[in-house]
Amino acid sequence: MLEIKNLHANINGKEILKGLDLVVRPGEIHAIMGPNGAGKSTLASVLTGNQTFEVTKGEVTFYGKNLLELTPEDRSREGIFLSFQYPVEIPGVSMVNFMRTALNEHRKYKNMEPLSATDFLRIMREKKTLVEMDNKLANRSVNEGFSGGEKKRNEIFQMAMLEPRLAILDETDSGLDIDALRIVANGVNKLKRPDNASIVITHYQRLLEYIVPDFVHVLYDGRIVKTGGKELALELEDKGYDWIKKEVEENI
Amino acid sequence: MEQQYIDLYKQQHESIKKHSAAVMNDSRDDAFALFEALRFPTVALENYKYTDLKEPLSIDYGLNINRIPIPVNPYEVFQCDVPGIHSYLYFVVNDAFYPVNEPRNKALPKGVIIGSLKEVATTHPELVKNYFGKLSTTKNDGLIAFNGAFAQDGFFMYVPKNVVLDKPVQLVNIMRSDVDFMANSHNLIILEEGAKAQLLVCDHTVDEVHFLSNRVTEVFAGEDATYEHYKLENTHTKTTNLSTLLIDQHPSSNVLANVITLHNGVTRNTIEIDLDGEHCETLLCGMVIGDKNQQVDNFTSIIHNKPNCNSRELFKYVLDGMAKGGFTGKLYVAKDAQKTSAFQTNRNILLNKTAKMRTKPQLEIYADDVKCSHGATIGQLDETAKFYMQSRGIPESEARLLLMFAFTNDVIENIRIPALQDRIKLLVEKRLRGELSKCEGCVICQ
Ligand SMILES: Nc1ncnc2c1ncn2[C@@H]1O[C@H](COP(=O)(O)OP(=O)(O)OP(=O)(O)O)[C@@H](O)[C@H]1O
Ligand SMILES: [Mg+2]
Repeated sequence: MLEIKNLHANINGKEILKGLDLVVRPGEIHAIMGPNGAGKSTLASVLTGNQTFEVTKGEVTFYGKNLLELTPEDRSREGIFLSFQYPVEIPGVSMVNFMRTALNEHRKYKNMEPLSATDFLRIMREKKTLVEMDNKLANRSVNEGFSGGEKKRNEIFQMAMLEPRLAILDETDSGLDIDALRIVANGVNKLKRPDNASIVITHYQRLLEYIVPDFVHVLYDGRIVKTGGKELALELEDKGYDWIKKEVEENI
Repeated sequence: MEQQYIDLYKQQHESIKKHSAAVMNDSRDDAFALFEALRFPTVALENYKYTDLKEPLSIDYGLNINRIPIPVNPYEVFQCDVPGIHSYLYFVVNDAFYPVNEPRNKALPKGVIIGSLKEVATTHPELVKNYFGKLSTTKNDGLIAFNGAFAQDGFFMYVPKNVVLDKPVQLVNIMRSDVDFMANSHNLIILEEGAKAQLLVCDHTVDEVHFLSNRVTEVFAGEDATYEHYKLENTHTKTTNLSTLLIDQHPSSNVLANVITLHNGVTRNTIEIDLDGEHCETLLCGMVIGDKNQQVDNFTSIIHNKPNCNSRELFKYVLDGMAKGGFTGKLYVAKDAQKTSAFQTNRNILLNKTAKMRTKPQLEIYADDVKCSHGATIGQLDETAKFYMQSRGIPESEARLLLMFAFTNDVIENIRIPALQDRIKLLVEKRLRGELSKCEGCVICQ
């Protein structure tokens, strides 16, 4: 579904992604690990159309469509979802209004009628239960005053509402206590279908015990420098990234 | 440009007085003398830095000194912006109180007087005399002085001791004329001890000519009285709306003033609230949505003369096009006004590079045991929030709208009449969507 070829991206003239390749097929779970500042969040930003990053080279297709030509909103309607590493607070915009607008835009894109208020509230209730989200949170402004963990849970709630084909989870596990981690992972697993896929960005093997990846990639210095199975995550946790850095340097 | 008005007064002051009331005439010549000395304010004056009246004052307006009735049926020309609000309903057309036979106005609580200032000043001179001009004649301001010289009528409301108005009072000001026109009106609102009232003032224009409205409103909130003043401005771009609101608060009174400019030409709101008793509560807020060449200047003063009062001020502007906004928040705390708490906030969003905002807090605090703060910001829409919404499938235009709407939300929440709050939410949303870029039934704002 997703094909990334030789992707280069800059911010403020500084190159962050330096020729990144990745292929994701329906049903797969890909974990991306890598040291701080390697470009993991940058990749997520570029895939979702954040304009602060400039793509200088390369191709990205999503189900054959040139993703880089689409607006951020169309990428979302095509089925790409990002669980933000740092979810944004939007004071004065209620969760209900936000979610209803988003969901109805998705429906409009698929030539479906907007949801009735009752149907919308029913779906909202179902999905809240799925991620065990507090009712109070859903009645507040988007992320306003939410704790770190609550924000992450809210990301998964939004994902459940929008039912994406490709979910990118950017450090959704960081800042979560063990229970929350289990709930979030559970939510993700329940939403799993044979025709959708996930990219899980994480620093910890811990999450991958719940969400078991088909592939583990190491992103280092703007490229994917190593790919393996789920055991690679264990090895990284054990040995750190120095040996990978060394390998990369030796290859140059 | 003052000269023509000075000449006019010298020639016509007899007619002006003849068509007004004695109580209003008592201070008329003094007001004129003051105007002759002060003239119209210019941007050279510190208090008028953000209000440029050169262009609007260069227009040759007609005045209706001889009170020739204006042929108009307010119900026909005017579609209410806030229908469905259960209110006592009154009209002022240009600067004359317009008597209509509203069945619902018959149920006014006992003792309440609402009507033409000119008439009540004739029928109840003692009542009016005690209040009229008490706040306005002491001001050293050219526009207020001009009003004192030329205003012949206006809206009057009196709520006696401990009487509670069960419904809001709605005052609709309609500007209606076939030629460029100037209106000077004086409103007087008196709440006695323990009285409660809500007034909603709506400003509208119905003709395509230039209008200049110069209005002074005096409000007296007696001890323990509760007064809410809402002003909703929805006029066309050829309108100059100069409005002075002077409020005097007695001990333990509670006042809310909320001034909303949805659409306009040039607007100057001069607002002064004097806290002349202990334990007063004051909330002054407002919002502005401006685009095209619109100008809005809110010049506000809250004067703490007595201890133990709380005031809060909140103004928000969303400016686009070539709009110009100005805000001044003067906060004065007298030496013995201890335990004052006063907070002021002004936040502004500029949607492009051509819109301009100037904001100035002006604090003069002479007491030492006070809690005061002020904050002003000028910024753009939050890009990260916008992207976050887009990443959920919300189109950019809608995301912008939601953000702007959210931005004005806390001003709208300070409308304590639920039906009015709902209605204004809708109007603001329409306005932000660009669907209210002209007022209903008018074609010149395109
Ligand atoms: N807005 C920005 N301005 C300048 N540099 C930026 C900006 N955003 C990211 N960068 C830089 O881009 C590089 C990659 O950042 P990115 O957030 O993609 O890293 P990451 O792999 O997600 O790291 P982490 O594990 O810490 O989340 C870093 O060096 C970072 O400092
Ligand atoms: Mg990151």
